[in-house]
Amino acid sequence: MPDELTDETTGEPAVVNGEPYPLRGPVPVTDLVARLVPAAIVDGVPRGVAVAVDDAVVPRGAWDRTEIRPGMRVEVVTAVQGG
Amino acid sequence: MPTATTPANGDTPLTIAGTPLGSRLVMGTGGAASLLALADALTASGTELTTVAMRRVARPEPRTGQDARAEGGDTSVWAMLERLGIRALPNTAGCFTVREAVLTAQLAREACGTDWVKLEVIADDTTLLPDPAGTVEAARILVRDGFTVLPYTNDDPVTARHLADAGCAAVMPLGSPIGSGLGIANPRNIEAIAAASPVPVILDAGIGTASDAALAMELGCAGVLLATAVTRAADPVRMARAMRLAVEAGYDAARAGRMPRREGALASSPTDGRVAVGGAPAPGARDNLDLAL
Repeated sequence: MPDELTDETTGEPAVVNGEPYPLRGPVPVTDLVARLVPAAIVDGVPRGVAVAVDDAVVPRGAWDRTEIRPGMRVEVVTAVQGG
Repeated sequence: MPTATTPANGDTPLTIAGTPLGSRLVMGTGGAASLLALADALTASGTELTTVAMRRVARPEPRTGQDARAEGGDTSVWAMLERLGIRALPNTAGCFTVREAVLTAQLAREACGTDWVKLEVIADDTTLLPDPAGTVEAARILVRDGFTVLPYTNDDPVTARHLADAGCAAVMPLGSPIGSGLGIANPRNIEAIAAASPVPVILDAGIGTASDAALAMELGCAGVLLATAVTRAADPVRMARAMRLAVEAGYDAARAGRMPRREGALASSPTDGRVAVGGAPAPGARDNLDLAL
């Protein structure tokens, strides 16, 4: 299966959860989340997941229009057991 | 039959920021062997508020995505709490700076759909003690940002007062270090915090067994937060039930008006009409038995 996010990567990657994430071009946050945590998307709506880009939370309503570009630092988090 | 938010004795429920909770026991989810075991323990505890941590999602293996499936959907702790109808209290566990804690709280609000947060700003990774200055500073920022802040703090009455003054919805002093199970190291401070606090005081961290939880309530706490005392007990479900009963028992005891302490014994049976053997007067008639009326 071709991977439109990571094939033919060129240039600087983004940093997703502390690791380099190769980019072919700008990627909307929505697509990144769908790729990282497909099971968190229920009926097209992401549940229990949040995203920060360069230390600022991206509200869910802005995921479609927020693009991940080279050099951006992205955190994708979810609730886990703890505390 | 009491409803979820009406205690059997008609007392007011634990109320955080105007929201009544049906249980004064707040559970954590850390340390459980499995989600199934955790669900059983949470149910047995009767808790209606349960902490979760925020962590990076696992990166899927290239082109399979199998790893990620464990992080979302029906198998996640998040989905489990929704299924059990337990309110999630995201925490900022593992944050050592104000900035980390604030961003983690903001991510939690987005991910969990709640503006409640258990604020933790930890001083170092050895003691895991709260950093008082950082905690107060982060609390101020988060309150200003619209959060309902429940800060984890030391057993210091002055820090607790600063946190309440900052607008926190509760203060959560430790009994003893996280995960130690050492109980309440400084009961007089906990009592002083509870007596002075304008917001609910929830004893957080250090609970090892049921008597610790009962003591916290007897000292005047409005609730108890614990996790590993249950999840790392040999029988977590049974310990969860013990904790539920202990919190209820301690709450009632604190409000029942305990008997005064006294030096020495005091008989509780009547002094008159005692049998005599061989015509001799019963021994001890001039002693403290005279006081029992």
